[in-house]
Amino acid sequence: MSVTEHIVRPEDFKLRSRESVADPKLRGNFRGAMDFLIDKRAAQFPDNATFTLLRKVGETTRKHALSRLPDLLDQLEINLQRLGVNVHYAENSADANRIFLEIAKKHHADMMIKGKSMVSEEIELNQAMATEGIECIESDMGEYILQIDGDRPSHIIMPAIHKTKQDIAKLFSEKIPGATYTEDVDELISMGRSVLRDKFRDARIGVSGVNFMIAETGTIALVENEGNGRMCTTIPDVHIAITGIEKVVEKLEHVVPLYALLTRSATGQAVSTYFNLITGPRRVGEKDGPREMHLILLDNGRTQAYREEKFRATLQCIRCGACMNHCPVYTRVGGHSYGTAYPGPIGSIISPHLLGLSGTRDLPTASSLCGACGEVCPVGIPIPEILMRLREAARNNSDGADQALRGQASARKMLEALTWKAWRILYSNSFLYRPFVFIATRLRWLTPTNQAGWTTSRTPLRPAPRAMRELLAQRNKQREKN
Amino acid sequence: MNTALQGAAQTASKKPSQVYFFATCVIDMFSPQSGLDAVDLIERAGIKVLFPLKQSCCGQPAYTTGFSSDARLVAAAQLDLFPAPWPVVVPSGSCGGMLRHHWPKLFADDPVRLEKARDIAARTVEFSEFMVNTLGLDLSGASAQPVTVAVHTSCTARREMDNHHHVRRLLKQMPGVEVVVQEHESECCGFGGTFSVKHPEISSAMARDKVDAITATGCDALISADCGCLLNLNGNLEKRADILRGEHVATFIRNRLDHSSGSPNRLETSK
Amino acid sequence: MSATHLSDNQRARSAIFKRLREIPVSPLPAPDVQAYFRAQPTVLVQSSANRIERFITQAKSWRTEIIEATPGTWQEYVAEVVQKKSLQRLLAGRGTSFSEGLNRALGNKLSWYDEDLSEIKPILFSETDAGITTVRSGVAETGSLIVWPTHNEPRSLSLVPPVHIAILYASDIVETLFEAVSTQNWASGMPTNALLISGPSRTSDIQRTLAYGAHGPKELVLILIRDDVANTQARA
Repeated sequence: MSVTEHIVRPEDFKLRSRESVADPKLRGNFRGAMDFLIDKRAAQFPDNATFTLLRKVGETTRKHALSRLPDLLDQLEINLQRLGVNVHYAENSADANRIFLEIAKKHHADMMIKGKSMVSEEIELNQAMATEGIECIESDMGEYILQIDGDRPSHIIMPAIHKTKQDIAKLFSEKIPGATYTEDVDELISMGRSVLRDKFRDARIGVSGVNFMIAETGTIALVENEGNGRMCTTIPDVHIAITGIEKVVEKLEHVVPLYALLTRSATGQAVSTYFNLITGPRRVGEKDGPREMHLILLDNGRTQAYREEKFRATLQCIRCGACMNHCPVYTRVGGHSYGTAYPGPIGSIISPHLLGLSGTRDLPTASSLCGACGEVCPVGIPIPEILMRLREAARNNSDGADQALRGQASARKMLEALTWKAWRILYSNSFLYRPFVFIATRLRWLTPTNQAGWTTSRTPLRPAPRAMRELLAQRNKQREKN
Repeated sequence: MNTALQGAAQTASKKPSQVYFFATCVIDMFSPQSGLDAVDLIERAGIKVLFPLKQSCCGQPAYTTGFSSDARLVAAAQLDLFPAPWPVVVPSGSCGGMLRHHWPKLFADDPVRLEKARDIAARTVEFSEFMVNTLGLDLSGASAQPVTVAVHTSCTARREMDNHHHVRRLLKQMPGVEVVVQEHESECCGFGGTFSVKHPEISSAMARDKVDAITATGCDALISADCGCLLNLNGNLEKRADILRGEHVATFIRNRLDHSSGSPNRLETSK
Repeated sequence: MSATHLSDNQRARSAIFKRLREIPVSPLPAPDVQAYFRAQPTVLVQSSANRIERFITQAKSWRTEIIEATPGTWQEYVAEVVQKKSLQRLLAGRGTSFSEGLNRALGNKLSWYDEDLSEIKPILFSETDAGITTVRSGVAETGSLIVWPTHNEPRSLSLVPPVHIAILYASDIVETLFEAVSTQNWASGMPTNALLISGPSRTSDIQRTLAYGAHGPKELVLILIRDDVANTQARA
C-alpha cells in the first residue's frame, strides 16, 4: 500500500485523462455518481429565480470579504488571540507542515486524527508527517477508505466516489483485522466506525479543515455529516485547524446564506447533519473540548490569485464541488486525472496559482467552455472566463498592466503562436481572406484525411464545394436575370 | 451587457426593412446551405438581407484559445461592416455570443472601437431568436409529414444567449413535428473549438456519448442552430456510418415549407 | 514555541500581508442578509402547515425520531423510549431545567456528566448507551436542533454515545437559522461550541448509499414538549 504509486502529477493530465476515458468502469462510476448529485442539487433549487437570489447574496458576501481581506484577517487574528487560539501564518506547504511538526513534537504525539481537509491534501500533510514518523489517520469514511488503500481522493466532497462497494468490501476484509467480507454498507460503515472510535479516544491531536471563518467573533465553522469533524475538534486535547487565508467573512450572519448554498450545492441537502461553530478552545469550567487550539492560515499562491481582479474571483470558492458534478470533462476523466488536490473546473482555475502554470498548463484547456460550471456555481465565479484568461497567460508574456503569473507563458509554442498569427493575417484582411476561401473550396480534395485530434472520432473537416458568399452571389445574379 | 440585451429586445420588437447577415466563417466555408436557407427565410418575411462581403470571422477561435490580441485584430476587421442601424443576424448562438458579449470586452481599452463594438453588440441577434421574435413567419402550412426531431442546443445559446427556447418554439409551430428529448440533453457535445484538438480523447468521448444519446431516441432528424456543434456531431455520425445528419434549423424549416408533401428529412439531407 | 518559530511566523505573516496590502482593492458593499431573509424567508417554498408541523416534517426527513409530549408528561415519554430501546446506562448534565425530571424518570440508569472528559472517557466511549441534552432552539425550515453545549452539558454528550436523546420546547422553534442568529444576537457572545444538528450522524461515502451512525450517534430521538397547545392533544 505504498502511497507513492498513486501519486499523479498535473503534468500527466493528458496521459491520465486518455487512460480514464478508455476505462468504462470508471466512466460508469462517475457518470452515475454525478447524475445522482446533479439530481439532488436540482431538487434543492426547484426554480432558478430562488437560486439566483440566494446566489447573489453568496457572491456579494464573498466579494465583500475578499475586498477587505487583509483587514478581516487582522480582525480575525485579534479575536482568535483574545480567545486563546494560536494563529500561524504559512506562506507555503513547507511552512504549514513545519508548524504541524512543531506542535506534534511539543506534545510528544506520534499520531493525529484528521477530519476532512482539502487544504491538508494540498500541503500533503500525511506524507510530510509520515517522513517524521507521525501517523495522520483520516477519519472521514471516504478518506479512511482511500488511506488504507494507499489511494487519493477523486472528488472534494465524495472522495471515494470512484470505488464500488465491492472494492471497499474487499479492501476492508484485507486491511481491517478480524473483518469478514461483506457488501452490506451498514456493516462496512460500522467496521470503520469501530476502528476509528479508538483513534478519536486516544489521539492527542485532532486536525480539521475549516469551511468559514468569522472575523467579528473569531469563530471557525465546520460543515459535515459524519460527526468525525466534531470528534476531531472535541475529543483530543489539541486541535489544529488549517485553511486558506481566503475563507474569512466579516460577520456571523454572513455565513448563514453561504451555508445554505454550500450544502444544497454540494450534496443536495438543505442542511448538513452538523454545522459546528467553534469559538476558541475549552474555557474555564468546561469539561471537554481541546485545551489548546491552533489555526494555520495558508497562502500557497492565493495572494497571486488575489493580485488580479479576474483571478481574485477564484478565491470566492466555498468548495461545494458543484462545478465538478456538472462538468462533462470531469465526469469523463474522473478526479485523479487532474493530479491536483482540487480537480474539475475549480481545480483548473485554482491549481495554476498553487502549483504554477508550467506544471498545470494542460488544465485550463481541458474544458469545452460549455459554461455548466459557471451556471451552477453558488457564489458566481465566472469559471469559463477565468479559464480563458489562464489560457492566455499560459501562452503570452504579461503585458505590463498585469504582473506575470508563476509559469506565465510556459505553454507558449512557436508553431501555435505562428498558426494564430497566420490565421489573424488571413482573417483580418478581406483581400487575402476572399481568395483564400475561393481556393480552399476549389482545392477541397486536398484536405488531409488525418486531421490530428479531430479525426479521432470524426470524418475529416472538408470545405464545401462553394462558399456561401459565392452561392449567394450566384443566386442573386440568377434572380436579376429572371 | 445590459445595454446589449436591451438593444436586442428593441430590435426584436419591430420588423426592420433590412438586416445584416453575419454568416460566420464556419457557415461560409463548411455549411453554406445553412446560411442560404437562413437568408431565404428572412427574405420571405419581406426583409432585405445584406451580406457584407468583407466579413470573415468573429474571432472566437483565437479568443477562447488564449490569443485575444489576434482575435482582437480579426474582430476589428469586422467592426466597420455594419454601419447602418439594422439588426445583425447571426445564424449561430456561439458566434452571436461572441459579438454580443465578448466584443465589448475585447475592445475595453480602445474607446473608438469599443463604441462600435457596443453598437453592434446591441444589434446582434441570433437567427432562431430573430425568427421567433421578429420574423413571425407562418409555419402552420409546412409539411405535415410526421417526423421526430431531436434538438441539440449549443452551450452558448443555452447559457450565454438564453435562446434555447426559440428552436423549440419554431418546431412547435409546424405540423407533424414531434420533438424527442435525448438523455443528458443539456450537456455539451464536446466540440469546444480548439478543445476538440487539444484534448481529442475527452472531446471524442463527449461527442460519442452525445451521438449515442441522440440516435437512441430513434429520431428522424437532428436539428441545431449552431454549425460548430453540427460539424462535430455530423463528423461523428458519418464516421460511424450512421445515415442521420444534423441540419441547421433554417434548412429544416425551409425544407418543411417547400415540401409540404415532402419526404422525411433523414432522406433529404443524406443526398 | 521556539524563537525560530516566532520569526518564521512573523516572516510568513508580514510577507502575506505585504502581498495583500500592496494591491489597491476598493471595498465592495456588504451583503444585506437581513433584507434577503425578510423577502425570502426560506429557500424552499413554505407549505401551509404551521411552523411546528413543518419542523416535525423536516426533522423526520433527517430520521430524527420525534416524540411529542406535554410539559406534564415528558418524563414518562423519556422513560418509555429508554425502555423500548433497552438503554441501560444514560448520561445527562446536572443543573438544567430537566435534570430533576430525568432523575425521577430514570432512577439509577442515569449518571451525570460531572467529571472532566479525561476521567469520564472510558464510560463515555464504552459504557454509555445514550446522552441526554437540552436543545436551545429548533429550526422549522430545516428540522434542525440548535444545541449550545455548556459546562453542565459538554459537547461530547451529544456526540459520543450511540443514541442522542434531545429535549425541546415547541415554543423554542424558530423559522430559520438566520432568525435564531439575529434575534438571539449570537454574535455578541458566542459559546465555545454552537451546533446545528439535523438527524443522526450519516455518510454516503460508500457508493452513495446512505448509512447512519458513521461516527456520531446512530439514533437521534427528540422529545418535543408541546407547550404551544393549551390542551394535550399531542400524541392523543
